[in-house]
Amino acid sequence: MLEDTASLSTLPTLPKSLTGIDGLDEITEGGLPKGRPTLVCGSAGCGKTLMAIEFLVRGILDYNEPGVLMTFEETAAELSANVASLGFDLPQMQADKLLRLDHVHVDRSEIEETGEYDLEGLFIRLGYAIDSIGAKRVVLDTVEALFSGFPNEAVLRSEIRRLFRWLKDKGVTTIITAERGEGTLTRQGLEEYVSDCVILLDNRVIDQITTRRLRIVKYRGSTHGTNEYPYLITEEGFSVLPITSLNLQHEVSNDIVSSGVVALDEMFGRGGFYRGSSVLITGTAGTAKTTLSAAFAAAACRRGEKCLMFVFEESPKQLVRNMRSVGLDLQPFLDQGLLYIEASRPTLNGLERHLVTVHKLIGKHKPQTVVIDPITNLISVGSLSEVRSMLTRLIDYLKVNGITALFTALTSPRNGQSEMTEEGVSSLVDTWINVRDLEGVGERNRGLSILKSRGMGHSNQVREFLVTDNGIQLLDVIIGPGGIVTGAGRLTQELQEQAQAVVRQQELIRKDRELERKRRVLEATIANLRTEFESVEEELRQINDEEATRREALHKGRQHIANLSIGRIATPPDDQP
Amino acid sequence: MEKETWELRLYVAGQTAKSVTALNNLQKYCERYLKGRYQLEVIDLLKNPQLAEGDQILAIPTLVRKVPSPIRRIIGDLSNQERVLVGLDIRPLESPEQ
Repeated sequence: MLEDTASLSTLPTLPKSLTGIDGLDEITEGGLPKGRPTLVCGSAGCGKTLMAIEFLVRGILDYNEPGVLMTFEETAAELSANVASLGFDLPQMQADKLLRLDHVHVDRSEIEETGEYDLEGLFIRLGYAIDSIGAKRVVLDTVEALFSGFPNEAVLRSEIRRLFRWLKDKGVTTIITAERGEGTLTRQGLEEYVSDCVILLDNRVIDQITTRRLRIVKYRGSTHGTNEYPYLITEEGFSVLPITSLNLQHEVSNDIVSSGVVALDEMFGRGGFYRGSSVLITGTAGTAKTTLSAAFAAAACRRGEKCLMFVFEESPKQLVRNMRSVGLDLQPFLDQGLLYIEASRPTLNGLERHLVTVHKLIGKHKPQTVVIDPITNLISVGSLSEVRSMLTRLIDYLKVNGITALFTALTSPRNGQSEMTEEGVSSLVDTWINVRDLEGVGERNRGLSILKSRGMGHSNQVREFLVTDNGIQLLDVIIGPGGIVTGAGRLTQELQEQAQAVVRQQELIRKDRELERKRRVLEATIANLRTEFESVEEELRQINDEEATRREALHKGRQHIANLSIGRIATPPDDQP
Repeated sequence: MEKETWELRLYVAGQTAKSVTALNNLQKYCERYLKGRYQLEVIDLLKNPQLAEGDQILAIPTLVRKVPSPIRRIIGDLSNQERVLVGLDIRPLESPEQ
């Protein structure tokens, strides 16, 4: 009992073999079941063979696991030529004894059946190929071709069952491809023999647009992503794009990059966008979305960064000419190789293909900044939900790579916001700038506001802006009696304010002069008073003197009279007091 | 054509019942219809697995007629005489019995 619990806790998880295919390892949570067969089924042209070959090639290149490719349909030379465009050099790998190609030619007309037989020859061939290079991976490309060659189905079925059992015993990780049948996964019902892992590839055409999707139908002994995942066949091979398996764990940056318009930068709390964030500019037609995005691209180039612009409305030359008219010369950046403009009509490719192009060019140019103008045009080639899912993948891809991205989106003037931006990407982007027409009495003006800006404060004002010969200029906000005033109203308001200012200034000067006059009057009065005071003082002094003289004279007179009264008339009055 | 020497190869995998039956049957037909103008080579793939690829062998046993051309393959234990003769393009007219 104790041993049982101990063995339970150390129970090994199902060993898996990494495929090395973009995204597939994520949704299978570590690859295909190691040492077991996996069935890959799908209709014609959905990339079964390619996926299988990439599984082998990645095994050889990345995981040092030699592989055997047994093909029942194409010859070795044809296959090598087909995958050479993906950069897979099969002949070289064969020469290095890492890969063995064995083309099994099955032709009913050459085979006459007389009596009992089995497919031991196939086993011997495969066994020899595996043993000769020590292969860990095996691909059987469309084993169903055997059904066309051998008339005895009962023998064939039992032999195929034995083959899969035998491969399992051999311990090689195998991919078996099979054509999809009507109502069943495979035409010959191979899924009943392969019970470990079944992957279904689907090539769907809806409204003339092809979308490729991959689904893991079953994966015994393991959890796995259960959704349908879009996948691409690119110049670099097979690529599954699992949206939901991305864990939003990309690195973030605290760097700030300029929007290319100084006044717009000032509207953001930290003076621009975060590096690696995604910015959406929405607006109705003719609200200078492209100009704003070009300004952003030019700012990136001026910092010496590489920028990639995808334009779906104009040719590169037209864009350069038009931007020159607003004082934005993109030509030098193009010449320096900092700016790359990829222009195409959205209808040129399906959505998937657009995503491929974006991926490819990003991989090639390694830009720090990407501009897509406008994303709404993509709706013409896909349904809303498909475009949304594509953009989700695109934005995730850009974020994971730390690329600052700017998208523009056209909104319908009727309801202000199109569904595209409301339900679509607006929740995915970090910064959302809205430009719109401010239509007043007899004129249209452009207004710009920030709807959201994750991770920093932003201005709440609707700013009017002008597209001038020197680029975009944001004007100061003028509040009139009825709210924000724009255009001609703004000019009137400004003129009025100027006139008022002049009047106020003149009033001030007049007041100053009056004060000066009053001061002078008062000073004169003060001087007068002082003179008056002086004369009064003088008069007082004179009265005092007279009084003193008079009092002395009186005293002398009294003395004299006193002397006379006591008979000493002869005595002068001043001898005795 | 009668002068031409027939080159036949029989691919087997070990001494299985089917292989032994096939070889016995083949030798019987050859002695009867191609006496003196055939070469029979028996290849055991268990000993020489690398030879399987060259002649596109899948089923065991397989009889391959290399000469005269075109190459023909007959799979099975060769128990059905008529089909073997048709498959190898041996004309029943030449048969001494009929």
